[in-house]
Amino acid sequence: MTKLDYNTAELVAIMSARFLEDGKIVFGGAGMPLISCILAQKLHAPTLTILFEGGVIGPHVQIGKLPPSTNEQRCARRANMLLSITDILLLQQRGYVDYGFLGGAQIDQYGNLNSSFIGDPDNPKVRLPGTGGANDIASLASKILVAMHHEKKRFVKKVDFITTPGYLQGGTSRKDAGLLAGGPYKVITHLGIFGFEKESKRMCLETLHPGATVEEIRERTGFEMVIPEKIKYTKAPTEKELRILRELDPDKRYTTPKAE
Amino acid sequence: MMKSYVELRDVIDKKNRGLRDKVMSLEDAIGLIKDGDHVAAGGCHYSRTPMASVWEMIRQKKKDITYSRSITSTEGDLLLVGGVAKRIVTSWFSPGVTWGVSRVMRHYMEKKKAEFEEWSHMTLGLRYRAGAMGVPFIPARSMMGSDLFPRLEDIKEMDCPYTGEKLALIPALNPDVAIIHTQKCDVYGNVQGQGLPFMDKDIALAANKVIVTTEQIVSNDQIRRSPDRTEIGFFCVDAVVEVPYGCLPHECYGQYEPAFKHMDYYVKLMMGKGPEGVKEYLDEYVYAPANWQEYIEMIGFKNILDATIEGRGIYND
Repeated sequence: MTKLDYNTAELVAIMSARFLEDGKIVFGGAGMPLISCILAQKLHAPTLTILFEGGVIGPHVQIGKLPPSTNEQRCARRANMLLSITDILLLQQRGYVDYGFLGGAQIDQYGNLNSSFIGDPDNPKVRLPGTGGANDIASLASKILVAMHHEKKRFVKKVDFITTPGYLQGGTSRKDAGLLAGGPYKVITHLGIFGFEKESKRMCLETLHPGATVEEIRERTGFEMVIPEKIKYTKAPTEKELRILRELDPDKRYTTPKAE
Repeated sequence: MMKSYVELRDVIDKKNRGLRDKVMSLEDAIGLIKDGDHVAAGGCHYSRTPMASVWEMIRQKKKDITYSRSITSTEGDLLLVGGVAKRIVTSWFSPGVTWGVSRVMRHYMEKKKAEFEEWSHMTLGLRYRAGAMGVPFIPARSMMGSDLFPRLEDIKEMDCPYTGEKLALIPALNPDVAIIHTQKCDVYGNVQGQGLPFMDKDIALAANKVIVTTEQIVSNDQIRRSPDRTEIGFFCVDAVVEVPYGCLPHECYGQYEPAFKHMDYYVKLMMGKGPEGVKEYLDEYVYAPANWQEYIEMIGFKNILDATIEGRGIYND
């Protein structure tokens, strides 16, 4: 088999799509998460339903005219239902939403995300745009997927601010805080797939992507990643996965890696 | 601060709730807003933004306004630089994901020239809903455990009296004024919007005063043909203003998409020069035009036509 050529953003989009099962409901964010959701629909999950925070259930967005946000008319194209924002987010509280798909400026070893402040929140170096629906999604959806570029400044021991709760301080702290459902499920980076240890809730390597090394993960992670004794590897992207992905994003508008 | 229930009832009690013509000029409608008011805006992000109302608030040099909205886009920059808003209550504040983090938002918040009260999207919606329901709070299962929680003055936690589970109590928000933009409304204020409803209905019911700008004023007979589609009732509306293209450069569902070229132009100016760039923008696009129509003309026929073709094409398949 010839080696396929793909960039790190394409790799993350494909790996993320693989986790979205048929018959489920996913909150799709704008950009790469949306691409992954549509990719999953076209590959193995034809009855996967996409929700948008703006109030949309089951849209079929137009390829080439993907919505740049989740709150505009392009999101609503060929949808089954439109709801108010409050009501669509409440569907999660009732238990109807299987997957949330999030990113953030920083993630820590317990899967907490920060999208509010860089530095001291009372005296921030950078004021970021804020949570949007991410806090609700991470508190209420059944399984959270986090897709991020793997960099030391993003994978930190402790986030500057918990905008979006993961397993908080680990152990039972998430449940103790009142968050009875959900939690981070997988973290997908350009180096590997990561899960969370059953008891401690620390982030652990599950599979290494082709070409990536444990050393590279250690170098690019600001906390001690749990590495299993026997390393498993991720199945490389297939020709079919890449072909369909590129049909969805022909200009690579959403699948171009960000400069580090 | 939570408003007293008795006082909120009193405001409604004093309001003329008759089926009367409420059509007025944009100037007179925005004249209903007082300095220091809490103004909540309908729509979300760059969709169905009551831009004409925001524009007129800046022209009338409103001061010390608390502005709340589900997600805040470029109109938040304009309100800050225009000296109107001192506090923004929202879940996310920047022009749009593809345009980066607002330099104006950063400047005002990092330099502590204004406040950014950050709620999650759902809990801000529940605040309006509690306000609309006439109850002091709604329990919810988000926000707990996060660092957003302790930064908010009004949010509380309790053990559920039925189950013992921990719950977040999301306090009611009853804005002084709601500004809403819609596609269709009659002279009495019966609003029949189209497309994404966002939080508009709850905001209108929660607020003490409601200003509706509309693409088109339709006859009451048209409303009565499909009363099931009336989203906001005449009884809570105080002003109706016909403002075609009243969201530009933002979008209005089924009517027009954003004027993307103008958005790109604005964002480049704002990101390039920060608040100074937005001052230039306000001079040119907000203070100089004689009226909203002149402002629309400045956005340009071609831009508006492109946006309109895209906007009307939503059901073209």
